[in-house]
Amino acid sequence: MNWNRAFIAALIAAPLIALFAWGFTRDPNSIASPLPGHDAPTFALEVFAPGQPPLARPIGDTVRLADLRGQVVVLNFWASWCLACGDEHAILTETAKRYAGRPVHFLGVLYNDVPSAGIAWIARMGGQSYPSVNDPSARTAIDYGLYGVPETFFLDADGRVAYKQTGPVTEAGLTSIVDSLLAASTSSKRAGRGL
Amino acid sequence: MTGFFAHNALLVSLAVILFGLVIGPLGIRRGRRDWIEIAYGAVYTNFLLVTIATLSMVYALVTHDFSVSYVAQVGSRETPLFYTVISLWGALEGSILFWAWVLALYSSAAVWINRQREGNLVPYAAAAFLGISLFFLVLLVGPANPFLPVSPVPADGPGPNPLLQNHILMAVHPPLLYLGYVGMSVPFAFAVGAMLSGEVTSDDWTRITRRWTLASWGLLSAAIIAGMWWSYEVLGWGGYWAWDPVENASFLPWLTATAYLHSVMVQQRHGMLRLWNLNLVVGTFILTILGTFLTRSGILSSVHAFTTGPIGFYFLGFITLVLVCTMAMVWGNSEKLRTVGRFDSPASRETVLLLNNLFLTAFMFTVLVGTLYPLVAEAVRGVKVSVGEPFFNRMTLPMIVALLFLMGVGPALPWRSATTKELRAKLIPPLIGALLFTVGALIAGVHNVYGVLAFCFVGYSALANLREYSIGTRARRSAHGESWPTAFIRLVGGNRRRYGGYVAHMGVFLVALGVAASSSLRTERTATLKPGESLSVSGRTVRLEGVWGREEIQRSVIGATLAVVKDGGVVGFLEPRMNFYPTSEAPVPTPDVRSTITGDLYANLMAFEPRGANATVKLIVEPLTPWIWFGGGIVVLGALISILPQRRPSQAAAFAPAAPVGPPISAIPVKVEA
Repeated sequence: MNWNRAFIAALIAAPLIALFAWGFTRDPNSIASPLPGHDAPTFALEVFAPGQPPLARPIGDTVRLADLRGQVVVLNFWASWCLACGDEHAILTETAKRYAGRPVHFLGVLYNDVPSAGIAWIARMGGQSYPSVNDPSARTAIDYGLYGVPETFFLDADGRVAYKQTGPVTEAGLTSIVDSLLAASTSSKRAGRGL
Repeated sequence: MTGFFAHNALLVSLAVILFGLVIGPLGIRRGRRDWIEIAYGAVYTNFLLVTIATLSMVYALVTHDFSVSYVAQVGSRETPLFYTVISLWGALEGSILFWAWVLALYSSAAVWINRQREGNLVPYAAAAFLGISLFFLVLLVGPANPFLPVSPVPADGPGPNPLLQNHILMAVHPPLLYLGYVGMSVPFAFAVGAMLSGEVTSDDWTRITRRWTLASWGLLSAAIIAGMWWSYEVLGWGGYWAWDPVENASFLPWLTATAYLHSVMVQQRHGMLRLWNLNLVVGTFILTILGTFLTRSGILSSVHAFTTGPIGFYFLGFITLVLVCTMAMVWGNSEKLRTVGRFDSPASRETVLLLNNLFLTAFMFTVLVGTLYPLVAEAVRGVKVSVGEPFFNRMTLPMIVALLFLMGVGPALPWRSATTKELRAKLIPPLIGALLFTVGALIAGVHNVYGVLAFCFVGYSALANLREYSIGTRARRSAHGESWPTAFIRLVGGNRRRYGGYVAHMGVFLVALGVAASSSLRTERTATLKPGESLSVSGRTVRLEGVWGREEIQRSVIGATLAVVKDGGVVGFLEPRMNFYPTSEAPVPTPDVRSTITGDLYANLMAFEPRGANATVKLIVEPLTPWIWFGGGIVVLGALISILPQRRPSQAAAFAPAAPVGPPISAIPVKVEA
């Protein structure tokens, strides 16, 4: 046994062990989520369900997040196979109607589903006031770190994620968040003008 | 009561191991054979006690004794008996117990069979076994104690993880994996024994452990294939391999073990590559521990990860100890292991085996780097990254096809050196196979480079391996005047190790074809169907007959019945389902597969309309996928043929005094001391 060699060999193991020891200080499953303060991931998705006037957009139109700057965006991920999405549907569609004409943009994003099933679902639900876009291969859902459906993201006028709701929204919750974001965007505009 | 009893059995076993670890090395030092025998006794006693603990756990599970913490964690009165028993390895503590039991089983068998061998190799190996067992026993009485008392005793438990009680393969894959993984500690313990006893320059330890290594390798191969199959049958994505850290963890030691099985032939023939082989054996063992560490400590994100807890720190301590000690031992001994022989010619089997080892180790390092990279990236650059399929596929596919080619060249070449004439005679005819398979792949529609190359090299190598059988059989026939079947059976029987190896090669070719075809030619479509509507994917058609629901004891099931339609007639049914378990928020998809020799028709129920008006179905056509499972079976058969004892050359030899005990593993030359 050559002890010098043995000692050097043992030293080689040190960095690997240090790496593992350091690894314990991290949680591999915690992934920085695009939550308050962070820019919302961009997207460009095609409309498959037009919505109803005055919120309607033509089928095949591409909705780009960049074009929605200056508006509050309510991004609702849903699917026709999702039971809880039915529960919140009426609240979303009614609230969107109430805010028509104000700088709020409601958008449905179809998750892990086919547009034909989505259209059939909307018809069964009695229509959707705002447009829905398809998210093929769930790219956008992955960008947003979607946990499941329904999930709703609230983006402020500057394109940042302000709030995220996992599970169905309530009317009171939805209204209060949208109102506060609208208030913040007008006040920041006023502040901007004042400078 | 059961818990108290079993816990004490484990405590006693811990004491026995510690005692054995003291008396064994002392006995070696003082030359006291009787003390060494006592250390062997500690190995057997450990097996007995851990067996008692394991059986107690099975008993507690079956009798729903919720006063035992592990049963309260994974048991449930609704779970069928079968899944109750196999939930022994369904969560962390139980799997550690099972691991300790398998280790105890291997150690006592390996020590018992070799107990009469003189010299210090076996005593040191026994000490190494005890050392490894010590770690698992410490876990079992400490952070991973499955026998903690629960008070108050709950009336019922949540039941095992739904994914684990959804398919029969869950009864097969984990035990095979443990048997394969833990089996690698046998060659490791004997390698350590060889280094400590100074017998490292003799090849004895490689002969003693040959069958153990082969058996573990066969079991590990079977486990990997069974894991792929399980993932294919249960997870509903129609795939079988995703380079998940845990899959990689099972694959890494397989690669080094495969390399070792090949390079040890060079050592046993020419006394070369001793240090290299020692490294491979030690490396294989370290990789099994590393794999367990990575997946059980929660250090990497993986679908397989169990709960995290203090157990990770114990593993870190153990892996540090193993790494430091073995690296020190191997390099401390490295000067003694200078190679004496040299390669005669580049055109020889030795060269091909060396190349094979080069590719297999490069393969291993690539997978290891890809697996650990997220950790390194976060440590160095502070960013979260995940390394996925694109990296692994791009890096490993060239090595895989190169290995497929070498698998044909190696067996065709003779040892030492080959003449140009021999080379031509051996290496040119298999080109026909390469040509046929390449054309076949192109006609079938394989267009990616590595897919075509895989077919090409499999064609080449399969023919080369088959020719070895035919050449050998023909030679026997003309030399002994035997009939074809007799000549064939005697050929294989006369050199099981060699021809078993070629059988394993054929199995690998089948797996390679299955993987190449199913990944290059896969087609899929998803559609929402009303009853009576059809969906077609590359010529295969199914018609939705209906959507149904059913309550079972431990779950509720929603399923769709799809009729497989061919030429206007119904040839069969597929019933993809979703199983809803009370303990799980999301349903467990349960795809249905219709297999034929040309491939699979794979249906998964993606969604359904609650009133049964329609179902969204994903239909996948995957050519040749069943060949992967079948090929895996052939690989195992090859390992089995190689393990079986050599047929004795003549009747007279059969009556010659055989080794005193046990299977012929003990029939190694016993050192006679003057």
